[in-house]
Amino acid sequence: MGIIRTEDLTYVYGEGTPFRKTAVDGVNLDIEAGEIVGIIGHTGSGKSTLIQHFNGLLKPTSGKVFIDGEELFADKSRLKEIRFKVGLVFQYPEYQLFEETVYKDIAFGPKNMGLTDGEADKRIKETARLVGLKPELLDKSPFELSGGQKRRVAIAGVMAMEPKVLILDEPTAGLDPRGRDRILGLIKEYHAEKGTTVLLVSHSMEDVAKTVSKILVMNDAKVFMYSDRSSVFAKADELTAMGLTVPQVTRVFDRLRAMGIEFDDEVFSIDYAKDLVLRLLAEKRR
Amino acid sequence: MIKDITIGQYFPGKSAVHRLDPRMKLLLTVLYIVMLFIAKGFLGLAVGIIYMLAAFLMSGIPIRMMLKSVKPILPIIVFTGFLNLFFITTGDPLVEWHFIKITTGGLKTMVFMASRIILLIFGTSLLTYTTSPITLTDAIERVMSPLKVIKFPAHEIAMMMTIALRFIPTLIEETDKIMSAQKARGADMESGNVIKRAKALIPILIPLFVSAFRRAEELALAMECRCYHGGEGRTRLKQLKTAPRDYVALAVTVLFIVAVILLNRFLPI
Repeated sequence: MGIIRTEDLTYVYGEGTPFRKTAVDGVNLDIEAGEIVGIIGHTGSGKSTLIQHFNGLLKPTSGKVFIDGEELFADKSRLKEIRFKVGLVFQYPEYQLFEETVYKDIAFGPKNMGLTDGEADKRIKETARLVGLKPELLDKSPFELSGGQKRRVAIAGVMAMEPKVLILDEPTAGLDPRGRDRILGLIKEYHAEKGTTVLLVSHSMEDVAKTVSKILVMNDAKVFMYSDRSSVFAKADELTAMGLTVPQVTRVFDRLRAMGIEFDDEVFSIDYAKDLVLRLLAEKRR
Repeated sequence: MIKDITIGQYFPGKSAVHRLDPRMKLLLTVLYIVMLFIAKGFLGLAVGIIYMLAAFLMSGIPIRMMLKSVKPILPIIVFTGFLNLFFITTGDPLVEWHFIKITTGGLKTMVFMASRIILLIFGTSLLTYTTSPITLTDAIERVMSPLKVIKFPAHEIAMMMTIALRFIPTLIEETDKIMSAQKARGADMESGNVIKRAKALIPILIPLFVSAFRRAEELALAMECRCYHGGEGRTRLKQLKTAPRDYVALAVTVLFIVAVILLNRFLPI
């Protein structure tokens, strides 16, 4: 059994009112530990609702959720424990900062876990380094920082709890391209360093394609598919019909292949594309 | 869940009561209250009941919702009821036991007062059930606008009310989000003593205030960008218009008041 498993998970908003809406519909999932998964789907496809089930913020209308083999809501007093296991970074997490200093804000989660000051201090400094916050920033007020820095502080606040699963909801929303690359880079780095399971929610295929190994596509409250990148992108037509797109470079290279240029690689990033083009050109010259 | 809280209790509909001009509805509610207060006897009150019943039946509001509106006032009704029952000593004695003395006068006053309060609540609830908060603020602005002569800021007050109403759902949603985010970081808001719980609110209130100020600033800027400069010379997209039915409603209401006055004069039971 994987670290996250759901059985017929269904969630309905506003049951018994005219505004009734099924946000998640009969989802069966099994996510292996150590995986880095991208969850994509257009607005309203149920991805944000789905992830809030993974740490017990929402209670399923029907169906079950298992984290690390343990069923959620089987014992309510265990919920807090499970929330430390599954760290959830919400959309625009910088709006939840509240402490006087960056240091104290990152410390909020670890302190709630009941860690000793020494252990918490170690984790705070380590995550601050990991997300690229200079030590002198730690004593500043979080409200003095720039938008990108605030976001990294908020992410560090969850990472410092060292959860077994880290879930990020649209971590790059509203950032400029450089800020976006920076956040995605640190997520990758964190995954490589800690080996944690990471779930990355996004509606941007480009972001997801560069970062993850497997992709979960949500459509209309249901799981459309859960597979590795290349098999997901192979269904370009269906994705387009859902309002999603395959990354531009992938499309370009699909066309090149259709035009008769021979190569076996799956292309998801510009860097890879550059290397591939150079290699193909070198082969041609020979 | 916190999202289920509803502020303002507008119940959408297309009934005759819904379609009345909101200004007229305000005026009618005031007249109705006057009617209830000038009624001296049960017959006068009965006129009020008939008026209420007619308006209620026309409005199509479920009875359940009307009853719900009385619920918060119930303690007051019970309290005043007890006071009237035990401290009014006119009329014939019904029960006399030690210092407790219940008389017909006390019983009568109790029933009379309780019915009057309930009718009052029904009337005002019907107003808020059938008029959306925004329309109501609009009407309040128009009704207050003659006071502008004495520099009363009618437009500003109405604008503040409108903005406050507009942002209540937004702030509720925001609170919900911040609460979830802090819970995900292990914040515990459900256990502990009062001081501990009050402290647990800090991680929610501070971000909420920060975002409220941010929104206020953004809104102010956006309004200024669109050349908002107060109410002077401002026209409206939706003009309030009185229709014949408004005057019919007014005439009927005045008739009811006359009936109450006549009953007071000739049949004051």
